[in-house]
Parts: sequence; structure tokens; C-alpha cells
Amino acid sequence: MSMSRETCINILLALLLLAVPVAAAELGEPFYVTLATRVAILALAAVGLNIALGLGGLVSFGHAAFFGIGGYVAGILASHAFEMSPLVFGIEGTTSMPVIWLTAIMIAGLVALPIGAISLRTTGVYFIMITLAFAQMIYYFAESWPTYGGADGLSIIMRNQFPGVNTARPLPYFLICYCLLIAGLGLYWLLQGSRFGLALQTARQNAIRLSSVGIAPFGIRLTAFVISAMVVGLAGALFADLNKFVSPSMLSWHMSGELIVLIILGGKGRLFGPVAGAAVYVLFEFALGGLTERWQFFLGLVLLGVVLFARGGLLGLLAGKARHD
Amino acid sequence: MTEPVLEILNLRKNFGALKATDDVSLTLMPGEIHALIGPNGAGKSTLIQQISGALTPTSGTIRFLGRDMAGMDMAARARAGLGRTFQISSIAPEFSALRNVILAVQARQGSSFRFFRPVARDRSLIEPAMVMLERVGLAARSRIPAGELSHGERRLLEIAIALSLEPKAFLFDEPMAGLGADGSKSLTALLSELRHVAPILLVEHDMDAVFALADRISVLVYGRIIATGTVEEIRSHPEVRRAYLGEGA
Ligand SMILES: Nc1ncnc2c1ncn2[C@@H]1O[C@H](COP(=O)(O)OP(=O)(O)OP(=O)(O)O)[C@@H](O)[C@H]1O
Ligand SMILES: [Mg+2]
Repeated sequence: MSMSRETCINILLALLLLAVPVAAAELGEPFYVTLATRVAILALAAVGLNIALGLGGLVSFGHAAFFGIGGYVAGILASHAFEMSPLVFGIEGTTSMPVIWLTAIMIAGLVALPIGAISLRTTGVYFIMITLAFAQMIYYFAESWPTYGGADGLSIIMRNQFPGVNTARPLPYFLICYCLLIAGLGLYWLLQGSRFGLALQTARQNAIRLSSVGIAPFGIRLTAFVISAMVVGLAGALFADLNKFVSPSMLSWHMSGELIVLIILGGKGRLFGPVAGAAVYVLFEFALGGLTERWQFFLGLVLLGVVLFARGGLLGLLAGKARHD
Repeated sequence: MTEPVLEILNLRKNFGALKATDDVSLTLMPGEIHALIGPNGAGKSTLIQQISGALTPTSGTIRFLGRDMAGMDMAARARAGLGRTFQISSIAPEFSALRNVILAVQARQGSSFRFFRPVARDRSLIEPAMVMLERVGLAARSRIPAGELSHGERRLLEIAIALSLEPKAFLFDEPMAGLGADGSKSLTALLSELRHVAPILLVEHDMDAVFALADRISVLVYGRIIATGTVEEIRSHPEVRRAYLGEGA
């Protein structure tokens, strides 16, 4: 079997994202390792959103809710473990990353279930607005809840633990995030090619067609919405540990917008679109953020260019039109 | 007496002041092709839409296999055994013809909540789907994105999709439209076989096809059925000749 051009580009991107921080660590430049970790985590979040947006055509403007929930799960569990105070019902906090991840995934999924069930009664602009409204509710709740720092946010004193890995050092933590990104991409790839993915992508292309073969679009979309939120929740937990800090800004609509921008930039519905998008976004932020506070203005210009001239995003530009067999 | 597969009783559908369906009653019997003819805007598609669940009737009853279908959505009616095609082809344009049919095969198997096994290597989906494409004569075009198929090919694709559902009744809305003479001929042959799979409610403007295929014909004018009968009865019906077939027919 010969590899398609897109597969080659994907492999190249994956290797590049691995090689740069390894080389940087070798050369004693931990800052670049942290930058690459940021790329990996944002890419994972965008891969999660891409399940809903890219495969299902669900333009959720509220996925920051799940990103923030993942972050707060990490922060809250860590703070209780640090203060050795029980959470609720005598449950202890924890500094174990695997436990935190699973909790973040579960809670993000549980919250996404009712939000999705209500939002998916609507379509188009109404869907965008209602997902935004839910996320804003959670944002204001976090901001006004003093127990965990309110608007000031919550610090994670020491990065949480992973068995056998020194997570305090940049490169090992990058490698953890990188592995989870690859796992997320693997999940996306499997879903895309599965029976579920076939139904989900048909719901995006032509919901009437899906209904008229006897598959109700609602259940398919809701499932995608929940899975998507779970992946974003995991990314949120990683993000909190990267920054050793979580605040309501992770829940804000800027964050939701940022995730959508990553996907549009990189290529909606393309496996590695979110990776390319996150890389370009973080590089822009780094390169221009130092020169001008208005770096987002230039990002906006690039985004405008992509939307007007390269609908398939960067991956569309590099690899051509998406192909289904 | 045999029970009708599909039974429509006193159906009405108003769009504002327009009576698009005006007290329509009709039946579809096992093994038959029941053609529904009528001039443009008579309300044929509107009737099909109500049966398939895309439109809600203003009043009246639709019974399918003895069961009142009020309150069932489109997907539920399809699962109950209604296989339809659309007047304007409705397909997933980015997917190949094969994938469009695979979707129907998997729906029929009731297995859309499988998340890992790749469809592209699932022979339990691909093989039955290819059989259906073969049957409508699209096998050679299986890998072409459905959006790039010709108008006529899309109609055939829709029929392959409907067939894959192994329905208990077919609803076809103008399947011959835009097929050309050869296309209509081979589709006429195909439809005449399909009546043995399940009865067909056939909306069609192509009178040669209708007269060749139909066991019964109903004539719809301004939302009302003005006559129902055999081909001979309809051909010689004075009101039908005046209202629809034209004086010279
Ligand atoms: N959603 C709607 N809202 C308002 N009016 C409608 C709607 N759908 C159909 N109509 C009107 O109802 C009437 C019947 O339309 P319908 O499409 O059922 O006709 P038809 O018999 O299928 O015609 P054709 O042979 O052109 O396909 C027409 O006058 C049409 O304009
Ligand atoms: Mg019509």
C-alpha cells in the first residue's frame, strides 16, 4: 500500500513535534520544551473538538467549559491532596496524574451529556449560542466560587505525579503530553473510519439522508459531543499541570474561540489539522507576542486568508483535498 | 381479504390557505405498484413527505403494517420498513457511492454504535453493499464520490440505498426524472422486479413507465384524488383525460 501525501505530512508533523523539544532539551533550552508541550496540549484539545466539529459539523462555542473542567479537576484534587483535607463524602485528593485524568474525562463527559442533550435540540447559530451560554454559566460560577480561588484562580504547588516519571522536568512532562496527543489522534482516526464515524459524518453532510436510512442523528451527535468533551477535559487537566495554575480564563469564550481557530487554521476534519493549527498558533503567539500586544490582529489576518483562500486549512494547502474512499 | 401494507385515511395538509393534501385516502397492497400521477404542484411530493415523516399532516391517519405512524419520526419510520427516494436526490456527497450504500447496510444491521472496527475492511458491510450497487448497475462507479455522480446515477444510488434497507414498502418520488430514454427503460425493468421485494408507491411523470408498471393508478389534482383504478380505467377516465392527460391523449 502506498502512503498518501497526507499520511506522509502527518508523520512528518508528528516527528517534528517530537524532535524539536528533544533537541531543545539536549541543548539546554527548556523554554522551547515548554512551548512544544503547549502545542501538544492545545492540539489534543483541538483533536477533541474536531470530533464534534470536524466529523460531526457541530460548531460548539462552549468547549472551553470542558477544558476548564479538566483543569479544575487537576487543581482541586491536587490542592486537597496538598492540604490533606478530604474533598466531599470523605473522598481524598490526589496527585496521581492517571487518577486525575480519568476523573477529568469522566466529569467532562458527565457535564457534556445534559449540555449536549439540550443544545442538540437546536442547529446552526442557535447551537453555537446555546453552547456558548452553557460555558458562560460555568465560567461565572467558577469566578464567583471562593473555595477554589474564584477569579484569582488556583495554584498547583507541585506538578502532579506519574509513576516512574519525574514530571517536574520539562522533557518528561512533554513526553507524557505527546503520548496522550498520539492516543487522542489514534482515537480520532479509529472513530473516523468506524461505523459510528460513517454515521456521524453523514449527519454533517446530510442529516435527512441519515434519518431516511433509519438512524436518528440526535443520538449519534450526542455521543460525538460527549466523546469530544472527554478528550478536551483530558487536555484541560494537562494544561493545568503545565502551567501549575488554573483560573476561570480556561473556561472563557476566548478559549472556546481559540480551539475553533486552531481547527480552522489547521484543517477542519483533518486528522492532523489540530496539530498544524496548534503549532502555528503557538509559534505566532511566541514570535509576535514579544513584539506587539496585538499579535492576535495578525493571526486574524492569517485566519481570514485561510477562510477565504484555503478552506481546507494548512493541511488542505499541503496535502490537497480531503479524500474518503 | 389481504391487509394493505400502507393505508392512508382522510389525510389533510394545509400550507396556510393552500390545501396541498385534501382528504386523501389510498392503500398500497402487497406485491403491487401503485402509481401516483398528477400535474406539477398537485401535492404528490407533499404526500410522500408525510408518509415518510418529513412533514406532519394537519389531520388524518397513516397506517403502516397495521400500525398508526403518528408521532414516529423519519428514522423510526425507516426502521419500521419504509424505504424512500427523494425527488431531488439526497445523498452524502463527500462519500463514495459504496459508502453511501454501506451506511444503509449498517443501519439495517442496527449497528451504528461501533467505534473501532474500520468500515473499509468490514466485508459484512462491503459485500452486501456491492451486491446492491451491482443490482442497479452502479458497481463500476462504486469508488466515485456521490457528489460527482451524474444526476441519473444519483437516482440509482438512492434506489440501491433504499433496497439495502430491505424495506416492507418503497416510496419512490419521480425516480425516472432526468434518466433519459435508455435509463428509464432499464429502471422500468428494475422496478418491475422490485415489486416482488416490496410493494411500491410510485410518483412518476413518465407515462410510458407508469402504464408499463402500475397495477393501480391514482390521479392527484390540487391535493385531491380524482380517480383510482387500473391502467385501462385511468386511460379512459373522462375527468382524468380532461384534467391531466390532455384532451388528445
Ligand atoms: N413547505 C411548503 N410550504 C408551503 N407550500 C408548499 C410547501 N411544500 C409544498 N408546497 C406547495 O404545495 C403544493 C404541492 O407541492 P408538491 O411539491 O407536493 O407538488 P408535486 O405534486 O410533488 O409537484 P411536482 O410534480 O412539481 O413535483 C405546491 O403548490 C407547493 O408550492
Ligand atoms: Mg414532487
